[in-house]
Amino acid sequence: MSLAILAATTGRILRQLRHDRRTIALLLVVPTALLTLLYYMLADQPTVPGQPPIFDRIALVMLGVFPFVVMFLVTSIAMLRERTTGTLERLLTTPLGKLDLLFGYGIAFGLAATVQASLAAGAAYWLFGLDTAGSAGLVVLISVVDAVLGVALGLLCSAFARTEFQAVQFMPVVVVPQLLLCGLFVRRDQMAGWLEAVSDVLPLSYAVEALQEVGRHAEPTGTMWRDLAVVGGAIVVALVLGAATLRRRTG
Amino acid sequence: MTSAIEIRDLVVNRGKRRVLHGISCTIPAGSVTGLLGPSGSGKTTLLRAVVGVQVVAGGSVTVLGEPAGSPRLRRRVGYLTQAPSVYADLTVRENARYFARLYGLGAAEADRVIRAVGLADAAGQLVGTLSGGQRSRASLACALVGRPELVILDEPTVGQDPVLRAELWETFREMAADGSTVVVSSHVMDEAARCDRLLLIREGRLIADDTLAGVRAAAGTDDLEAAFLHLVRTRATAPVPAEGGTR
Repeated sequence: MSLAILAATTGRILRQLRHDRRTIALLLVVPTALLTLLYYMLADQPTVPGQPPIFDRIALVMLGVFPFVVMFLVTSIAMLRERTTGTLERLLTTPLGKLDLLFGYGIAFGLAATVQASLAAGAAYWLFGLDTAGSAGLVVLISVVDAVLGVALGLLCSAFARTEFQAVQFMPVVVVPQLLLCGLFVRRDQMAGWLEAVSDVLPLSYAVEALQEVGRHAEPTGTMWRDLAVVGGAIVVALVLGAATLRRRTG
Repeated sequence: MTSAIEIRDLVVNRGKRRVLHGISCTIPAGSVTGLLGPSGSGKTTLLRAVVGVQVVAGGSVTVLGEPAGSPRLRRRVGYLTQAPSVYADLTVRENARYFARLYGLGAAEADRVIRAVGLADAAGQLVGTLSGGQRSRASLACALVGRPELVILDEPTVGQDPVLRAELWETFREMAADGSTVVVSSHVMDEAARCDRLLLIREGRLIADDTLAGVRAAAGTDDLEAAFLHLVRTRATAPVPAEGGTR
């Protein structure tokens, strides 16, 4: 790894993004637009006494889910393009290290996700009155970690797709089960044992639990830090596996 | 004369098909070597083996004194892939600057290679909006960054007009004059006349490895197209299709 090459690669990926104005607009506007939809959809739902309003419960989780899903998609397509247009093969004949490339994507899209998550969180708190016991800063932090998880899984999954059609199909395969089992629809401890076991090995479950901890507790809890560490570990594992899929020699 | 590339009994399979059948040759340093042969003859596979991105089944490839693909060679070898491999959503200048920075070089070097391929006027244009010929020159520019000791160019002149082709060949000759070793593949026989040495390849076997004059003498003709056909008929083991597959 080299800091200069990592910085050059991060800059190159951000420059590519900058030339694509429409993608930037979608990245920034879509999560807030969806939160708006959610807000009006749930506006007339009665609140269960002793529980937070249903919008607060769902919106908090969505602040983690949106960056995860969007960055998974964007990264898997971007990396697939590197593979199919030959730039990856060429890069691997230069002094660039595999981790320079993977971390470059992680940092570049992580920065994009920071802007995205801050905007979405700003809208949730100020426009729609989201109320969490813990700080909004922690919510944004967890959202960005979720986004980097999406980047890492996207980098890994792009190795298993030959075409962009296949790459987008990994979205339902990788993202939807995690969303269904993360505890948003049914509490994880109320699921059948085997479903809970599956949920226990899916990283998004920990990301969502960390957000819920911030929702319930004024100070960061031990559970929240442990959950963040689990998500961080999943990111490292996905990146290492992703590095193993980058072959300098191919048939 | 020292050798830049030494290939011994190189065998490459792609899938179940054998595409290189035990190739051996030596490419001298500071020369322009043309690798010529019809489409599908194994030119790209041979060049990929020299760069070290091809899985090989047997034999050895030594490049600048080290096994092909050694990490230290990544700073010394420039590689142009056959399909342009640059970022379509970056400008020519942004592409060149990125590749320059991978070698620890700055904007001046990026500007130099852009001028060398005649793209100075299009430097600010997105690669995705360029013509096919311009796009492959943008890709070529990135392979020339850092004046590599060995430059492997897979069909760099395809799709270029005659004036530009002549200019590009002049650039390759200058690079060799400055001490670089240049290997250029082509399926256009008239480009062979611009090389110091020729490797003629057909169906995964070398049918000639000689100087330009040597190839002409062996075939008994100055016309390189005719020489190639003559060598195919006398040296190849496989039957020769009527059209020969070359222009």
